[in-house]
Amino acid sequence: MYVAVKGGEAAILATYDLVAEARRGDPAVPEISVAQIREQQALACARVMNEGSLYDKDLAALALKQSQGDVIEAAFLMRAYRTTLPRFGSSQPLDTATMAIRRRVSATYKDLPGGQVLGPTYDYTHRLFDFELMEEEGQSAIDSRQSELAAADDCRLPTADCLDATMPRVPDILGAEGLMETEEPPEGDPRPFDLTRDPVSFPADRDVRLQSMARGDEGFLLGLGYSVQRGFGGTHPFVGEVRVGEVAVEFVPEELGFAVDLGDVTLTECQMVNQFQGSKEVPPQFTRGYGLVFGHSERKAMSMSLVDRALKSRDFGEAADYPAQQDEFVLYHSDNVEAAGFVEHLKLPHYVDFQGELELIRRIRREREERLAQERDAMPEAAE
Amino acid sequence: MTAQDMISPGFSDPVFQSQAAFRALLAALSEPGTGQRVAAEIAPPEGLASATATALLTLADYETPVWLPAALRDGAAGAWLRFHCGATLVDDPAEAAFAVIDGAADAPKLSAFNPGTDQFPDRSTTVIVQVAGLEGGAAFTLSGPGVPGNRRIAPQGLRPGFTAELRENGALYPLGVDVVLTHGDGLIGLPRSTRIGEAR
Amino acid sequence: MTLHQMPAEDAKPAYNYAYLDEQTKRMIRRALLKAVAVPGYQVPFGSREMPLARGWGTGGIQITAAIIGPADTLKVIDQGADDTTNAVSIRKFFERTANARTSEATEEATIIQTRHRIPEAPLKPGQVMVYQVPMPEPLRRLEPREAETRKMHAWAEYGLMQVKLYEDIARYGEITKTYDYPVLVNDRYVMAPSPIPKFDNPKMHMSPSLQLFGAGREKRIYALPPYTSVKSLDFEDHPFRIQSWSQPCGLCGAADSYLDEVVIDDRGGRMFVCSDSHYCETRRAQGHRGTMLGDAAASGLVQPSSPHPEEAAGAAVSKDDPVVSGASTSILRDAPDGAPQDEGSREQRM
Repeated sequence: MYVAVKGGEAAILATYDLVAEARRGDPAVPEISVAQIREQQALACARVMNEGSLYDKDLAALALKQSQGDVIEAAFLMRAYRTTLPRFGSSQPLDTATMAIRRRVSATYKDLPGGQVLGPTYDYTHRLFDFELMEEEGQSAIDSRQSELAAADDCRLPTADCLDATMPRVPDILGAEGLMETEEPPEGDPRPFDLTRDPVSFPADRDVRLQSMARGDEGFLLGLGYSVQRGFGGTHPFVGEVRVGEVAVEFVPEELGFAVDLGDVTLTECQMVNQFQGSKEVPPQFTRGYGLVFGHSERKAMSMSLVDRALKSRDFGEAADYPAQQDEFVLYHSDNVEAAGFVEHLKLPHYVDFQGELELIRRIRREREERLAQERDAMPEAAE
Repeated sequence: MTAQDMISPGFSDPVFQSQAAFRALLAALSEPGTGQRVAAEIAPPEGLASATATALLTLADYETPVWLPAALRDGAAGAWLRFHCGATLVDDPAEAAFAVIDGAADAPKLSAFNPGTDQFPDRSTTVIVQVAGLEGGAAFTLSGPGVPGNRRIAPQGLRPGFTAELRENGALYPLGVDVVLTHGDGLIGLPRSTRIGEAR
Repeated sequence: MTLHQMPAEDAKPAYNYAYLDEQTKRMIRRALLKAVAVPGYQVPFGSREMPLARGWGTGGIQITAAIIGPADTLKVIDQGADDTTNAVSIRKFFERTANARTSEATEEATIIQTRHRIPEAPLKPGQVMVYQVPMPEPLRRLEPREAETRKMHAWAEYGLMQVKLYEDIARYGEITKTYDYPVLVNDRYVMAPSPIPKFDNPKMHMSPSLQLFGAGREKRIYALPPYTSVKSLDFEDHPFRIQSWSQPCGLCGAADSYLDEVVIDDRGGRMFVCSDSHYCETRRAQGHRGTMLGDAAASGLVQPSSPHPEEAAGAAVSKDDPVVSGASTSILRDAPDGAPQDEGSREQRM
């Protein structure tokens, strides 16, 4: 019986020790370092940064170490820390057109200014185990791979002299032709809503939706995006472009009055191109679904851009019959830290409420028995 | 004299002074008509009662537009609020989250402030009404949530027709402004849920 | 990009008093004042990410953090008991972050944070109840969309709720809601009282204490000022009634308290005991005896004097633990001395 033990506090403290034990695993195996996680589990770190709403690779790695690799628990750690951080202000808007490209692909054009840059992608790896990874890679192997990459004359490394200086974003190319829905900042370009500081009301504006999805659960958004493709939402998407790389973050301190470079962040941006029939006022044109996330997180950015477009259905006067098109459904249920908290709270004691249910069901059954017995007594022949 | 010289200090211990003042405000609005005191020893700017200034220090910040009568807004009180609370001072009473009015002045009426909307009645103005005294004036009775039976109050120096304004405000329920009467370091809450009875 | 520094080995990060920053407290305080001005109306607030999980009391914790001060004495209960693990965890949180004075005695507390119960001892003027609320919207099960339920509250359109309750009666002969039973507040708003058993609903009506409700995940705060009308929804021909038991508390003999059912063996043995652990202990200290108190003491379920439960609580309990050594009477200490421990229950306690 775990409920009424007066040693509850001691029992709780003991769970901390047991967690530490479980986390460490077999002490004969060397302990993993935060730096190893940051460098060698970067995609997991990116997911934790996204769902934890905080760009900090070291802390993401620490969170993963502390949570034994439980991504949602790690995101929770990030958020609980983030909420205590003082805010100095907002950065200047990031310009993804100036991104230092690591990867950039478009599905809408065979070739385009800047070209297709495959970069580091699992897309064309055959999913066959590389059993050599069971062993540690020696320094000589690392050296020879690096020198081979550097010596190759086919531009395998996306270095500056290999890439075109300009990499226009595909929607901008379409926009120049007038085929793409234009997106203007709202009047006065107000500071975007921050749902971590203010309660959301519905219908939610696009800034709220995008923020919510950027920190939303990758699996949930993936499923919703997939549902749109399968017909639960009437959009026909093309990947206009996915780009991954580094972008400078600039901040204008009040007292200086000019922008200061705070450093670079790695971002993945996806712009999905969708058809739109047009209306009396608007000629047919393409519409946009947008995804922007921390780190190299293509699946998340693509899912987000699918759902972003689906959530714009109301703006285009389309029916909003499916889950991915309904802002309240998407926003309230994509937050995996909230969802996990509420699902897992079911393991807290509920015996007071359950006692109420027991009392009710027993009484209803008893009363039913009594009623049936009375009916039997009233009709003895029928009972036989 | 610089603006800084004009601005009297705020809380010396913001965490605990604002906590204590908040409990007084919470008690005032959850038990309408009961006299509450704010204990914080601050030097309020000219034109603000100690209770008024303490309430604003406790509740107002850059997220809450504040309306002040022109004389206060353009004087030491306005500078003090901007400095300590970072609050925006607005010209239109309907935009205010908090407002301070003189109970004896003719305007603005309570109806000039924001009563909230039917879906968000919480988005209404809290109006601090500075009066000449919390006792000794014409009495009227209160009933409703927070009041067991009836409660009688007799604030001094309210303009003629103020109880009628309170009644009109109450008729908007669940919309309406919430009123806090202040004098010195004392305050009385009159939320929109309070029904105003006849003078006795 | 955060401007954090990895803390040095011995550095203790300085948290704010009661964890929340002052700006957040102001925001919550403003919401609380609007909540008491419109009893039963759910005020949206900028609920913060807390270091405890959503759904585990973060709404109640944020309210308590926004109101608590050095003059307060805090009591935390879950299921009526002070010693359930989550209540212990929340109490510990405030001891640590607000240096809070805590008590298990209902009459000593100025703030009582609760999950699922209202204490049996009558509340007093000046006390503040803080309820942890999982689902603040009483209409949510009938209409999942916030945009719709907000309109229903705005226009006091509660027909859907009446229909649902009447369907219950048609089907089962009575309203089958046993907890979180909806109430009408100040004749205006239908309100979820949080998952307290309907047994506790009458205690809310005209209570002398202030009652505050916090839903952290759902980002809503609402309130009942003292002396506010709180009616449980019902029908003239099917008046509201509360749970009753055919027997009194097995430990203290109370016939007026909400009882928990304790399974004492696997042959259908049952014991009914007060869910309010402090109420039960107080009555026993006053000399009240239930019919099963002797059995319970003999089998180790109850330890009437200050005991040493180290053995019973297993390796998890250290001897110098203040909570353990300060233990008074408690039911359900899991195993009598020397008796074999059930591994399952031991796991749970962890």
